[in-house]
Amino acid sequence: MIFYVSADSASVSVGADRLAEALAAEAAARGIEARIVRTGSRGLYFLEPMLEVETAEGRIGFRPDGDIRAAVASLFDEAFSPGSAGCLGLVEDLPYLRRQERLTFARCGIVDPLSIDDYRIHGGFAGLERALAMAPQAIVDEVAESGLRGRGGAGFPAAVKWGAVQGATGDVKYVCCNADEGDSGTFADRMLMEGDPFLLLEGMAIAGRAVGASRGFIYVRSEYPAAIRMLRAAIDRARGAGWLGPDIGGSGFGFDVEVREGAGAYICGEETAMLESLEGRRGMIRPKPPLPAVEGLFGRPTVINNVLTLAAVPTILARGGAFYRDFGMGRSRGTQPFQLAGNIRRGGLVEKAFGVSLRELVEDFGGGTASGRLLRAVQAGGPLGGYIPEAMLDLPADYEALAEAGFMLGHGGIVVFDDSVDMLRQARFAMEFCAHESCGKCTPCRIGSVRGVEVLDRIAAGVQPQRNLALLDDLCTLMTDASLCAMGGLTPAPVRSALRHFPEDFRRPAAAAE
Amino acid sequence: MTGARPQSDSEARVARILAEHEGVEGGCLMVLQAIQRAFGYVPQEALAPVARALGLSQADVHGVLTFYHDLRRAPAGRRLVRVCQAEACQAMGARSLTDALSGRLGVALGGTSEDGVSLEPVYCLGNCALSPAVTVDGVMQGRATEDRVMAALEDAT
Repeated sequence: MIFYVSADSASVSVGADRLAEALAAEAAARGIEARIVRTGSRGLYFLEPMLEVETAEGRIGFRPDGDIRAAVASLFDEAFSPGSAGCLGLVEDLPYLRRQERLTFARCGIVDPLSIDDYRIHGGFAGLERALAMAPQAIVDEVAESGLRGRGGAGFPAAVKWGAVQGATGDVKYVCCNADEGDSGTFADRMLMEGDPFLLLEGMAIAGRAVGASRGFIYVRSEYPAAIRMLRAAIDRARGAGWLGPDIGGSGFGFDVEVREGAGAYICGEETAMLESLEGRRGMIRPKPPLPAVEGLFGRPTVINNVLTLAAVPTILARGGAFYRDFGMGRSRGTQPFQLAGNIRRGGLVEKAFGVSLRELVEDFGGGTASGRLLRAVQAGGPLGGYIPEAMLDLPADYEALAEAGFMLGHGGIVVFDDSVDMLRQARFAMEFCAHESCGKCTPCRIGSVRGVEVLDRIAAGVQPQRNLALLDDLCTLMTDASLCAMGGLTPAPVRSALRHFPEDFRRPAAAAE
Repeated sequence: MTGARPQSDSEARVARILAEHEGVEGGCLMVLQAIQRAFGYVPQEALAPVARALGLSQADVHGVLTFYHDLRRAPAGRRLVRVCQAEACQAMGARSLTDALSGRLGVALGGTSEDGVSLEPVYCLGNCALSPAVTVDGVMQGRATEDRVMAALEDAT
């Protein structure tokens, strides 16, 4: 029998390793020959720990309940029949998966992440093979046609960045992958690096080919030790198979990748701070210009893209820019891996074309709150993103539509809060987090965030509310206008969205004090 | 030279780490991370040899050491519990979980208890669909509860 159990760190955090061990032990005890393939995650975290069994019809899922060893024993007793307790049916037919449009995450959770054969069988390296036969400019054009924009949060057109680096003068250029996925509510980068690492390496090699870089760096946050191990192992295997190294596929093009580990600093997700950190220094942001495309890592022209941006590239090269562009709406083309997180019944990863409404994500996919209480707000875009009230959930998840309403999509994380949330407290946290993580280079961010915490504490204590709310507004304006980067510049976004959409939480302390 | 002082064991370990990183471009942070892996923290005495080997001032190295939340200038407790404090985990009760653990362990967040358990904040472990998230000595728990964390601490003392 062939079993599949996720080895993704989130799956493991709720018992996937114990499940795999129980399967192996039970099979051995019964003298049944079992092969247990440890995959990445399907993104069905709400069902974890789960196992899949290979059948003639496809993979059937089971979610053992209660004591894992006992549940596994009874599954063997019942020969993993569809009537067994915890049977999920064909995994591909689960509505949560069937209604997705998986391009980037097409393989994740299905293949052995470190098997080059699996990767090839499922279409891997087709994009790179095609790119190797293309002129660098044609690769940039293909990416331009796809409409691909930066998935890290800023949404900058990838092909424009690539074109700038391609046109920059210099013998040495770099491709840097930003895997400092620090936004709460996001885990797609981690899931991809653990579940389909070759895809990221392939995307980086294509980027290298397009811009004339022969070396890539992946900057991974230290909170992701499993992703770091997986990437390093994948790099070794890709080198062994000739997909990285001095001469890829006999094309004469050489490219290699190194993983560098972060050290617990949210600001290093900002691209210039990331460059400083990659160079071994304090993660202080650099003023722009010069743009990293001109003067980036070690002063050389550098492409910096997020994991999901680079991981979208092999699909674009393999299937054409037009294929990718046909997903999405307006100026947001392709698919976005959305991450449903926080107080949500069915948390996980949902890759959909841009334009799906937040309500469809949170309610149809997510099933509402985990607590069963009323949903009050969702935060999209991480700690620098706004709090969206329930009444506005019909907004389409698209860069422009959200920006127009004063919000942002960011890295695609959606954190759900029920009606027990205190929005004044969340506003205070935004300032507190900024104070904790500010690199300190500019005053509005370094000092403004500390003042923000103090002002919100006074409001919470009911002290001169009108005066302090005016002061808070003034402070938010200053931080927005005068900070050097998005850290200080966007910290006011969650604060102001809380003030605008949930003003009652800011009035309550003063009312209580009277 | 008036007879070189024999190298201590820890000096030798630092020297070995520096040798392993020789020629690495921009290697200061990597060297400090490697020292922390070896010692559990970055000893003050390591700054001078690191600075010398990398051609930096001690102030530069000190600057890197004090910038990153991961890097420690003193050892943590013998056990390390990190509780995610970020929004997704807040939405699933991370604040009350933190308070409960703080009470059970007898230590405030950011401190080390008398019997050597450090309770530290962390901002996102990438396990936001299974919040709240906690790590105990680096092993992550999703859907973490006070009892599961305490059980993990009792399991492998």
